[in-house]
This record gives sequence, C-alpha cells and structure tokens, in this order.
Amino acid sequence: MIVVENKPVEEILQMIAPYKKILIAGCYGCVTVCLAGGEKEVGLLASQIRMARSKEGNEIEVLEQTVERQCDKEYLLKFQDNAREVEAIVSLACGIGIQYLAEIYEPIPVYPGVNTQFLGANRDIGKWEEFCMACGECVLDKTGGICPIARCSKHLLNGPCGGSQYGKCEVSKDVDCGWHLIYERLKALGQLDKMAEFIPAKNWHRDKGPRKLVKEELTLERD
Amino acid sequence: MKEINPEKLKAGSNLEKVLVSGQFACTGEIGPPTYASFDVIDKHAEEMRGLVDSINFTDNQTAVVRLSSWAASVHLIQLGLEPNLQMVCRDRNRLAMQSDLLGAYALGVRNVLCLTGDHQAFGNHPGCKGVFDVDSVQLIHMLKRLRDDGCFECGAECKVPPKFFIGCAENPFGDPFEFRAIRLEKKIEAGADFVQTQCILDMERFELFMEKVRERGLHKRAYICAGIMPVKSPRMARYMQTGVPGMLVSEEFCQRLEKAEDPKAEAVEISVEYIKRCQQIEGVAGVHIMAVAWESIVPTIVKKAGLAPRPTF
Repeated sequence: MIVVENKPVEEILQMIAPYKKILIAGCYGCVTVCLAGGEKEVGLLASQIRMARSKEGNEIEVLEQTVERQCDKEYLLKFQDNAREVEAIVSLACGIGIQYLAEIYEPIPVYPGVNTQFLGANRDIGKWEEFCMACGECVLDKTGGICPIARCSKHLLNGPCGGSQYGKCEVSKDVDCGWHLIYERLKALGQLDKMAEFIPAKNWHRDKGPRKLVKEELTLERD
Repeated sequence: MKEINPEKLKAGSNLEKVLVSGQFACTGEIGPPTYASFDVIDKHAEEMRGLVDSINFTDNQTAVVRLSSWAASVHLIQLGLEPNLQMVCRDRNRLAMQSDLLGAYALGVRNVLCLTGDHQAFGNHPGCKGVFDVDSVQLIHMLKRLRDDGCFECGAECKVPPKFFIGCAENPFGDPFEFRAIRLEKKIEAGADFVQTQCILDMERFELFMEKVRERGLHKRAYICAGIMPVKSPRMARYMQTGVPGMLVSEEFCQRLEKAEDPKAEAVEISVEYIKRCQQIEGVAGVHIMAVAWESIVPTIVKKAGLAPRPTF
C-alpha cells in the first residue's frame, strides 16, 4: 500500500489563499486505508477550510467528492462536473493521483493535500512500515524475503554495516537493522549460506527515465 | 624478514612491502580539517614521520564535511610520506568513485581503504541524500577488477589501470557477531588485500573474533591490522560504551580510565598494552592507531610499544 500523511491545514490554506471555490478530491484507495484521504478526511478538511476562511471573513465554497481510485483515468473522469465549476482542486490522493488529476484537468491547478511517504505494510492500527522501494529488480529471494533496499538505511546488498548492534540500526535505536532481520530469517530458514554470497553492484534504473510497463496482451491498440 | 619479490607486489606501496615482508605494520590516521588548509595535516604528518608505515585520511568522517581525503593524500605524498586514502560509499556514485580513484592513483596514491561510511543523519548535513550506489564489498570488487582485469565496473576497458593495495575495514564489535567473520571473508573474496579493524576497546571480543577469522583461514589470505584507539578521558570511554553504534567497550577498560590519576597516561598505557597483546594473537599482522582528535600522541605510543623505527625499503 502507498502510505501518505496529511499536510498541515495551514500549508493547504496558504496554497488555496487566492481561491473562492475549490474541490477537495478524495480517493477510496490506499489513502482511505491509511486514514488520510478518503471520504471522511475530505469532509474533515473541507470543514477546517470553511471554518478558517470564515473566521478571516473570507468565505470559500468547498465541494467534496471521492472516487474509487485517482490512479485510473476512468475514475478521474468522474470529477468532471465538479472540476469544471471550481478555480482549484486539492487532492488527498497519493502523488500519483495528484499528478494524474492535474494532467487531466489542466489548466485547473491541483494542489497536494498529503505528503506521500512510502510503500508499506500496516503493522497495527495506525502503524505503517516501509517494506519496498519499487527498485524494479527484486532480491527478496536472496535475503529471506526481507528487503535490504527498503529496510537497510544504507540500502546495502552484502550484509550489515559496522553500525549494526543489538539488532538495531546505527541511525536510531527505534529502527531495526534490516540486515539483522535478514540474518535471523535466513538462520530460521536454514539458508545462512546465502549471507556469504556476493551480490554485485545493483542496476538501480533499468530504463532511461521514468519507468513504463506495457502488457501487450492487455492493450487495446495493436501495431 | 621475508624476502620481497617485487614482481608479486600488487601496488608496491610501503605498507604492502612492510606486510609482505612479514614485519608488524604500524599505521596512523589523520582526520582532515573542516577548513581549506593543510596546516593540521602538516603538523601531525611531521609528528608521525618515520613512526608509521602509512597514514589514513578519513573521508568526511561522521558525515561531516572535511577537506577531501584524496587532496590530503596527495599533499602527504608531496611531504614525502605515504597515505592510505579512505573512501566511503555514502557520498559518491560509482562514476565519481572510479574517477576520483584514477586521479588519486595518477597523483601517486597507492593504498585505498574501502568503507561504507557513517549514515548521513549523524553529520552536519543530515538532510542530504546518501548515495550508497555501491556498498563497501562492491567497491572492493570494483577496485580489484579495475586493477587486475583493467576494466571499469561497467566492463569498459581502462587503458592504465590503477594498481592499488586494497583495504577494507571490519568491525568485530558489530552484530550479528557470528556474521562478522563471514562478512570479512566476503570482502577478502571480493579483493581486499589488507584489513583495518574497528578500534579495540574490548580485547576479549576481539580475540574471539580472531578465532573465527582463523577458523576460516582468513588471516592467511589478507593482512589483518588491529585498530588501536587511545581514549584520553573516562567520560569519552563511557560515551563510546553507550552512545556509539557498533562499539563494544569493556567495563574493565572504562574503569581503568576512571580509576587512573592521570587518564591520559593511562590511555597511553592501555594502547601500548593492547598493541603488545595484538602482537601475540595469531593472524594479526599489524596495528592501525586511530587517535581521533589526539593525533599528537601517536609518536609516544609507537615508541613505547617498541615499534619505532619503522622499516625502510
């Protein structure tokens, strides 16, 4: 899941200061699951904005709408009616949704209502943890299913650095050493020999520039 | 003293000759200044002249901006001494690393110590982007290929390859402990010729580590130099015991400094004693004295430990 965090309302108020009518666009995807950008949060942010602006004597009209996913054009088109009416949009989707929305509704300005954080798992209620950095070249087979790119602070591929102690990372006692976790897992799996294998320098970007994935069997247009 | 076959030397550095000849090596270290002058390097280099086989220059140690390790190394060569250029993976990608190393070699640098580097969060630019394009094992491998196969990391040919004596660090005090000797083996497999360990402030743990090293025969495949650090105050020792990640400091070590009337003199005593103990450990080929922010004490320690004068070739 993509984990996001709400931006402080003050920051959003500053972004929308020039406008009298805006739309807050929510998403029922990841941001709803991590309680930052679903229908409820759209409503909450809308009220906060109305109250703040009313206090200043500078009323604002705020429309609210949430769609299934902002990373799909099909769903983004559902904003059409509301988007036409407003001067600006604040999106509570992840960075993908914000950008896609902005592209589709150009020249209406779209502002981010959240800070997109990472790809993570839900550990417990209200607790998320980064698991993957979408590097495009998975090494989980070599590391007991624990990612050294995402879970080692230095993205090391050949074991822990000299700062690993008592299972913790040198960066903070609150951070587990990713390689210590890998060591323990490989030991439990009876695969400790994998720790001795040399992993060569990583190909950080296989493609030139932003990555694209095309599954020919799914595309409608044929050459 | 063993006979040196010059044709078998990998880089021909003074440090390599000392180690290959089977003499107990002794190296020093200088942290370059945080300003644009060689003044402290000049001072400490003169103090250490004739008392160490080569001098390490740290590379933005603790992630704090300092005068560059390669510039300090080249300057030392101009003073007629031998540097050991430290390079960390935190600040450069593989392009910059190889480029800096070609330049350093062309200017006379022959020893390189490959390190991961402290995390950027510790330093004076905590918001900077840590590079870590390659890790220390991959850096060693890259340098070995460059030297022995004459090709860059990408496989392209390097017409005049830099013939470095390749070093690595290992921390016997980090965890998981059982992995530390395996990790050292990985570095030796990748191409490390010599090893400088993290400073020893817990001799028992170090001896245990050396046992694991000998079990794997690693001491026969690379020269292992033990890290020695004179710690001049009991407070600093306690801080290293509790506040420095990856360090183990024995209770005995702290208490000796705490009970000493003159902690500085005691620090020298302990260092000398540790050097002598290291000389007795099978597989230890030398010592690396890291007197962080107390470089001026190195001559005293070297002389007291009976390591002066140093061999010449």
